[in-house]
Amino acid sequence: MPILINQLRFAAARFAVNRSLVVALLLGPVVGAMLAFGAVAAQDATDVITIDNFTFTPKELTVAVGTTVKWVNHDDIPHTVVEKKTTFRSKALDTDDSYSFTFASAGTFDYFCGLHPHMVGQIIVK
Amino acid sequence: MAKKSFEDRGQGLGRREVLECMVWAGTGVLWGVSGGVPHSVGLIGDALAAEPTGFTFLQMSDSHIGFDKAANPDALGTLREAVAKVKAMQVKPSFIIHTGDITHLSKPAEFDNADKVFGETGVQIHYVPGEHDIIDEERGKAYLERYGKGSRGAGWYSYDDHGIHFIGLVNVVDLKGGGLGNLGAEQLAWLEADLKDKSNSTPIVVFAHIPLQVIYKEWGWGTEDGTQALALLKRFGSVTVLNGHIHQLAQKVEGNMTFHTALSTAFPQPAPGSAPSPGPMLVPADKLRTLLGLSSVTVAQGNKPLAIIDKTLAG
Repeated sequence: MPILINQLRFAAARFAVNRSLVVALLLGPVVGAMLAFGAVAAQDATDVITIDNFTFTPKELTVAVGTTVKWVNHDDIPHTVVEKKTTFRSKALDTDDSYSFTFASAGTFDYFCGLHPHMVGQIIVK
Repeated sequence: MAKKSFEDRGQGLGRREVLECMVWAGTGVLWGVSGGVPHSVGLIGDALAAEPTGFTFLQMSDSHIGFDKAANPDALGTLREAVAKVKAMQVKPSFIIHTGDITHLSKPAEFDNADKVFGETGVQIHYVPGEHDIIDEERGKAYLERYGKGSRGAGWYSYDDHGIHFIGLVNVVDLKGGGLGNLGAEQLAWLEADLKDKSNSTPIVVFAHIPLQVIYKEWGWGTEDGTQALALLKRFGSVTVLNGHIHQLAQKVEGNMTFHTALSTAFPQPAPGSAPSPGPMLVPADKLRTLLGLSSVTVAQGNKPLAIIDKTLAG
């Protein structure tokens, strides 16, 4: 079952790439210079992890070194984001509050909610 | 009126039984002590009519002052209603035990508002923190400055009243990823020393925010090292464990130990596994108050089963 889920995630990721490619192809002939700028911006884009129903989504996320990850809390209960070795620790995030951390080096970062520690997630930085 | 009871004789409790025995409402639970054994004489609504005998105290919990979301836009208002019921009691309780989550976000104004309303009871309040009370920038400093006088560590303490030994524990600090509530080695060592000179016949009341026993692991409703604390308490003839956190009633008797979780005065939470998450449960506004004082709990002495009585104030 986990394999199937991973495949689905992979498919979803590919779909996202394809969609942006389609957009790029459509816009390409008109704004070539902007497209180049857009490609650079896409590499630095912030990855978002949402918190809904006491769950981090996506639960596992792989990003490149230098990526900023932003957690956004959509619950009406506050949560925190705490890395296991306290590499990063957010303050309490009330509804719609967010917290961002930029991963400067490679590694695996396990994190949880300091208030509801059964909520866990993982960031892999390559 | 519906009367339900259940017995747990070590074979464990099925989810269905747990759900059947969980009901929720508002205000607080009045505890009476006869023959040195605490027993609850019902919610405040029932307690008003009850004949109090001897020593009584209240348990209130999960006030969440500052919470203003759909499940209850006015948590301070419903606390005021609960406190009005306390004030209307013919016999004042000796004190109130508050099992945590006084505030929603540990903001100074939230603590101020809570203190102001609780102060109207004119009754001493013994607090333990919930996880919502220690999310200030300095992680618990605000709580300890207000309520930590005479306590140890993150705010644990004990005291004696009417021959009963009361112990307030803190299980919301230094939580570990993937885990449950946490007491920690330092607090457990303190508890062992605290109990050392107490005779087996001393009635014990332990209170903490998160349930000491595991009620529902998937939602983190339990304490990782709670069994170690309960092992230290096993030799005593009467142990009553009072918790909050889950915003609904749950009772269980295991040998000489009685477990009880209190209702919130702010908002209800769903029964274990009955919703996608343990977040605030939205019910129609008129239902919120119709359910206040809905359930009473009688804990009989000895090995008799608990009895939960559901009763609407309107009916």
